[in-house]
Amino acid sequence: MSENRPITYLDESRLPYPFCPGCGHGLILNHLNAALKRLGLDPRRIVIVTDIGCQGLSDKFFATNALHGLHGRSVTYASGIKLVNPDLKVIVLIGDGGCGIGGHHLLNAARRNMGMTVLVFNNLNYGMTGGEHSVTTPTGAITATTPYGNLERPLDLCTTVAANGATFVARTTAFDKSLPDLIAEAIQNEGFSLLDIWELCTAHYVPNNRFSRKALEETLARLNFPTGVLHRQARPEYSRAYRQATAARRGEPITPLQPLNAEHRSALRETRRIVIAGAAGKRIGTAATAFARGAVLSGLWATQRNDYPVTVRSGYSISEVILSPQEIRHTGITKPDLVLALFPEGLARIRPVIEALEEDDTLYVNADLLPLKTRAHVIALDFKATGQKKEFWAVVGVAAMLRHSALYPLEAFRQALSLRKAFAEANLAAAASAENLPLFDHADAHSSHQ
Amino acid sequence: MRHFLNGAEAIARGAIHAGCDFFAGYPITPATPILLHMTRELPRVGGIAIQTEDEIAAMGFCIGAALTGARAMTATSGPGISLYSEQIGAAIMGEVPLVIVDCQRLGPATGGATAVGQGDIQFLRWGTSGGYPVIVLAPSSVPECYTLTLRAFDLAERFRVPVFLATDKEMVLTNTTVEASAFERLSVRERKTAPADGGFVPYLLEKPDEVPPMSPFGGPHLLRFTASAHDAHGYLTKDPRAIAPIHEHLEAKIRAHVDEIALFRADIQSGAETLIVSYGITARAADEAVARARASGLRVSAMTVYSLWPVPEKALRAALRGVKRVVVPELNLGQYRREVERLAAEGQEVIGVHRVDGRLLSPDDILEQGGLR
Repeated sequence: MSENRPITYLDESRLPYPFCPGCGHGLILNHLNAALKRLGLDPRRIVIVTDIGCQGLSDKFFATNALHGLHGRSVTYASGIKLVNPDLKVIVLIGDGGCGIGGHHLLNAARRNMGMTVLVFNNLNYGMTGGEHSVTTPTGAITATTPYGNLERPLDLCTTVAANGATFVARTTAFDKSLPDLIAEAIQNEGFSLLDIWELCTAHYVPNNRFSRKALEETLARLNFPTGVLHRQARPEYSRAYRQATAARRGEPITPLQPLNAEHRSALRETRRIVIAGAAGKRIGTAATAFARGAVLSGLWATQRNDYPVTVRSGYSISEVILSPQEIRHTGITKPDLVLALFPEGLARIRPVIEALEEDDTLYVNADLLPLKTRAHVIALDFKATGQKKEFWAVVGVAAMLRHSALYPLEAFRQALSLRKAFAEANLAAAASAENLPLFDHADAHSSHQ
Repeated sequence: MRHFLNGAEAIARGAIHAGCDFFAGYPITPATPILLHMTRELPRVGGIAIQTEDEIAAMGFCIGAALTGARAMTATSGPGISLYSEQIGAAIMGEVPLVIVDCQRLGPATGGATAVGQGDIQFLRWGTSGGYPVIVLAPSSVPECYTLTLRAFDLAERFRVPVFLATDKEMVLTNTTVEASAFERLSVRERKTAPADGGFVPYLLEKPDEVPPMSPFGGPHLLRFTASAHDAHGYLTKDPRAIAPIHEHLEAKIRAHVDEIALFRADIQSGAETLIVSYGITARAADEAVARARASGLRVSAMTVYSLWPVPEKALRAALRGVKRVVVPELNLGQYRREVERLAAEGQEVIGVHRVDGRLLSPDDILEQGGLR
């Protein structure tokens, strides 16, 4: 209870309400005021979030915080507010139209049990735009957009949110004298509450369907939509659950950036462009990152650009690495100087690149992929002879390339491999297995081009 | 000391250093690494990061969070910006400080998820109803991803407006070597808030081009926010006398401060007949092209634009002075070229160099098509 408990939460200077004669909206707002008075909350701790439609005009009548946003999105703003300040009571006023266009948000706020009270001003059609049908319009009803009768089945809001995580759900009508109690109980619930409040749209639904309070009650009965409190459940409220789940992390330092000091020296005097062509799931990117980091540990500048399809563990995986004694401006490779071709998927993707290689370029290639049409100097690598699994062939290949090309010392690559703790031991073993790997000059490849 | 990292990590680290304490996003290639970084790291600094049900919700969460006092950011790609559109309008209308990262990919529509593009450059400026201005910054290196993220948060607070970081697949996912000293840690101003003991009128304008102080939900004052036309008190109205000054203010607060927002790098060579105007990832190829052209004895000037919107017209006009032709390389079919064309003098030739096939423009593309060879 607040010390400055207001006698009313309405801003009476702004009354009367602008709603049509006989409309239920004003009744609901009076009931909301009665509920707030009963709870006696500090108005600064209350945020009323309105949606689009006639109920969207109502926040101005309350001397509380207010947010009037876009159609169907009221629940999204309410979620952001609650996440940042779990002590606030967030009350969403939404129409049946908003529950349609924003149904996805409603469903997910219920699943999360995000702390808010959703009051649905359910008058069975779109009042403000001219009486079109909504997701809650009963089957057979005449509306502006169902002149021959509504063919759709009305959405059971209560069952939907109750089945999906809401912790307080009730249905009633705007005529219900106990509505202040229901609203107060909904607001007191820490989690996601929804009240489906049926009412009359005297501008459209009533004249179009010869509707009345009696007909409204009969419709509820015919649809087998019970009224009263339908669902109560104890579940952690999301914004507090998030804080609890992350409490142990709070105050931990953020993950530091890995420093790479130039502990080794490279004799490289000009820029070298390297393409590593492999297959998804074969740790191509991991090997390429270690390759590039090894260069940085040798005082070089390096970039690593990856190319892959949208698939995850299938298809090609290609890494383009540029090494240079100077800072690298353009990170793309039009024509590489060195190519490491490991698997058929990557090879197929870079075939034009291999065909464009020149005599002083080098192609390191899995011997099983030969022969290949190229002018480049070809070094065939017998990965199978190393006894390494395919997932480590990229590391084997890079180590072999470093042995042969002297881009930078192999020791720097080994150091880079040990930076990634997860596979350090296996990666280092793979790199070691390249030490005795014969580096065959593959003359056949040249002849196959001639 | 050097590091090896990509733009996504630089942006996320920049955001955390800027005091970002709220992030909401939806997975999309190539922006997902930012979402992952924020969900892992933000709780450590007492912040909140959440994956929402869709992009519309991500922006709604950010708006609600920012109005409750948070420094909020979201990250997506072009298809996500399409879904952000209506909420961007709400943030402009209600003057919400936000940072939105667009990791552009090849468009239109779902386009190429893992392919680069710069097709959102006009979309970011004009992508919501009403046509009111936003601020768009475009980094062209990994350290700039970091620094411009800090700048984006600072400008968002300064002007109470969504500030975009327009980047792309190659910038966010390509690892590069960075000298530790290159991360320029700009300061980010505190939010201007109304004193607790005075009155508070949420949209009371002291001057048409200056933004009023804020007060968060749950703070000492009552706050009224609306995405509808409103008066100074935040009440929905159709009164033209109340609406006009607020709408004119949304434009004036940016237009009057173009010079304050302008960020660019002008590399002018006297006697140059050609000027290359570039931004983002393409500026890297342009830099290389300029270096090669000069090495071959050609005189050429270059301008890298970091603040794409509002257009830094004064700086562009100064760079255009005296050149015969302007080359504008872009990974679209000439979107920023439109802005250069309207600033070019009569007789100045404006040449667009384009690529929309998911590959980067190369220095050779720029040299050949730009008549520098």
